[in-house]
Amino acid sequence: MDFAKVFNEALPLLLEGLKLTVITSLVSIGIGMIIGLFVCLMKMSKNVVLRAIAGVYIWIIRGTPMLVQAFIVFFGVPQIIRMFVSDFKFTAITAGVITLSLNAGAYLAEIYRGGIMAVPKGQTEAARSLGMTHGQTMRKVVLPQALKFSIPSLVNQFIITIKDTSILSAIGMAELVNKAKTYVGSTYTFFETYLVVALMYLVIISLLMILSNYIEKKLKYEAKSKRGKRHRDQH
Amino acid sequence: MTNINKDNKKVVVKDLHKYFDRNEVLTGIDAEIFEGEVVCVIGPSGSGKSTFLRCLNKLEDATSGTIIIDGFDITDKKVDINKVRENIGMVFQQFNLFHNMTVIKNIMVAPTTLKKMTADEAYAKGMELLGRVGLADKADSFPGELSGGQQQRVAIARALAMNPDIMLFDEPTSALDPEMVGEVLDVMKELAAEGMTMIVVTHEMGFAREVSDRVLFMADGVICEQGTPAEVFDNPQNDRTKDFLSKVL
Repeated sequence: MDFAKVFNEALPLLLEGLKLTVITSLVSIGIGMIIGLFVCLMKMSKNVVLRAIAGVYIWIIRGTPMLVQAFIVFFGVPQIIRMFVSDFKFTAITAGVITLSLNAGAYLAEIYRGGIMAVPKGQTEAARSLGMTHGQTMRKVVLPQALKFSIPSLVNQFIITIKDTSILSAIGMAELVNKAKTYVGSTYTFFETYLVVALMYLVIISLLMILSNYIEKKLKYEAKSKRGKRHRDQH
Repeated sequence: MTNINKDNKKVVVKDLHKYFDRNEVLTGIDAEIFEGEVVCVIGPSGSGKSTFLRCLNKLEDATSGTIIIDGFDITDKKVDINKVRENIGMVFQQFNLFHNMTVIKNIMVAPTTLKKMTADEAYAKGMELLGRVGLADKADSFPGELSGGQQQRVAIARALAMNPDIMLFDEPTSALDPEMVGEVLDVMKELAAEGMTMIVVTHEMGFAREVSDRVLFMADGVICEQGTPAEVFDNPQNDRTKDFLSKVL
């Protein structure tokens, strides 16, 4: 065991990988949330074609392993595109972000849908009975409540996306696990290195969980004065 | 109540039928309700009272028949139902206050979103209405922090904020603890005394007898009998009415 050596040598390398892990996760979650919103609205629309497209997309993503999806995006798709555009290639990062976003999008769509369905029908009826349109009702009444119901599942999906970046080491994206693999390949410090890697994931995901607890507290539907009072009472 | 304007029919329903799948819930309803009239709809569970009421603001689509509100035939697809709904307030059994908004925001959201009032006007109106229902001190509370009776009074204030000329009440006291029924009925009585056109589906026979100008008795999807409270409660003609009243009075 030589933690000191691993720390000195590998840490800069691993931090570099961690940076890419965090950035690709954030970008993919961002894109995935937008894809998810559209797919969710498609799946809940009255239009049969839109519903079918959304259904097939979710079915394919959920029904196949992400590793296979990554291989198809990184190796397969460029092969097809090269039939029209010579020398076409995705970088590992581009392919990685595409795969992660498509993946998160499918799951997030279902999370949003669950949140929307959890809002009692009476909320919509009350808004509509006042003369508000379907769109106004969604924006002012349904979606804010749906988002709140979705937070635990959303955070869960964010965590999964962060951890799933490690799968992208298989297409050569230089994220955390990929960097670690390169390092242990020459030094054989498997235990120390991968322990550090594990700790790094743990720290990032813990930070996310702290943030989500904070947001959940912020979104409690109770009067501000009371919230302050309860807070004071605890001290 | 004496402020009924018989020249102004607020609601005209002709041969209204409503199916849920193959189940016929309303089997031909004809009704007219005049400006300023307070009409209570009574009858056994499953008689179609609530469905009838919900057809009047199109929360349920009529299967056939016509429903004319303020001169607009809401069964006509070309009529903008949202515009018609602005003039029909509705109060629900389960209150249905918006959980994500404070009491005052609940009242302000429709008038401001629909550009009926500026935020300042809606706030002033909201506070005035909260004063009327005795809840001005709860403006900044969330619905979850109020009792059922308080929530229902806010729901009435929310509906009134749009300045409706018809109010629909769908069993407004059925979900309340007994000691809170009175406070909600008191608000409704005041509203009736002010001349609001009201259609109230209720199991509160005392309220129906005291406040309504006319009582409709429904059973099996039709109006079996109607008349003044004295006529319906003291001298019912229809066997279904007699049977029902003998059980609830």
